[in-house]
Amino acid sequence: MSRADGSFADGDLWAGVRDVFPLMLGVIPFALVAGIAAVNAGLTLTEAVALSVIVFAGASQLAALDLLSSNAPLAVVVGTAVVINLRMVMYSASIAPHFARYAARMRAALAYLLTDQAYALSVAKFAENDERSRWRYYLGAAAPLWVVWQIGTVVGVVVGAGVPERWGLTFAVPLVFLALLVPAMKDRPTTAAGAAGGAVAVVAAGLPLNLGLLTGAVSGVAVGLLAEAIGR
Amino acid sequence: MTGGWIALDGAARVWVAIVVIGLATYGFRVSFIHLFGRIEEVPERIQRPLRYVPPAVLAALVLPDLLTMRPSVVATLADERLIAGVVAAVVAWRTENVFATIGVGMGVFWLFRFVVFA
Repeated sequence: MSRADGSFADGDLWAGVRDVFPLMLGVIPFALVAGIAAVNAGLTLTEAVALSVIVFAGASQLAALDLLSSNAPLAVVVGTAVVINLRMVMYSASIAPHFARYAARMRAALAYLLTDQAYALSVAKFAENDERSRWRYYLGAAAPLWVVWQIGTVVGVVVGAGVPERWGLTFAVPLVFLALLVPAMKDRPTTAAGAAGGAVAVVAAGLPLNLGLLTGAVSGVAVGLLAEAIGR
Repeated sequence: MTGGWIALDGAARVWVAIVVIGLATYGFRVSFIHLFGRIEEVPERIQRPLRYVPPAVLAALVLPDLLTMRPSVVATLADERLIAGVVAAVVAWRTENVFATIGVGMGVFWLFRFVVFA
């Protein structure tokens, strides 16, 4: 992935590594929980690592594991995870102009590492400093997240297998989502979207085929759009 | 959805889920990064609803894990998951710290499960 115009030991790459470091505080417990949840859903270590490498998107991994362990139909497992990851389209659109001048193969590789954290960090930095090498900074931020995610998954699988069921370690899963949800409800329409999504999901929890989450998510988006329209 | 899918056994189910979710997710990631140059701007009709996907999805994931509707109000509210979740939400709001949110939330959860409601 190295290009002819400079070496890897470049200031922009390390700037990305340095900036992503504090975010690891949030990623490490999330990755451990992903491993623990995989064990609880009956996955082997190989399957758990494959999930973290191939999907590499925490929230969707946890939702899929939850649905797999409650024996939901495969279409619901996939459909729910896909809806959760739809936000990546938004990130892809927003970061795309910064990668436009790179070769197609390079862009394809950079896209694989796109996560909430790498996106948020990179776009904020790109906005304030136009001289920075885009791919180096992004790679510096995104690659450590990938490494920590995989290591955390493995440690979570090993630890999770040794902890008794009654400790309820999987309760850490909703707590992780809660820590992501609270800052996502940052204005009136996003708060309305969250409130409606949660309420509908609770009421719809008994729906057949485990469709409660999907129903809640779609309702939340609709209410968010409605709140936005009313607020204008 | 189809009979063929339902007929899969445990390991096959897991692998099909991993591969299909992985392909779709990569498709989302690469979508506009790949398309850019051919289309200049993301259509407003796509961008607007996507803004509400994170709060709606996250809330729909969290709430059913904290709150289960039961026949009586007391039975619904006297639940260690709900109590720990409310405390953790306050911690998340005040600190925006994932470690603190998980730490306090698990602490309250264990306190009520093993001491208060034991």
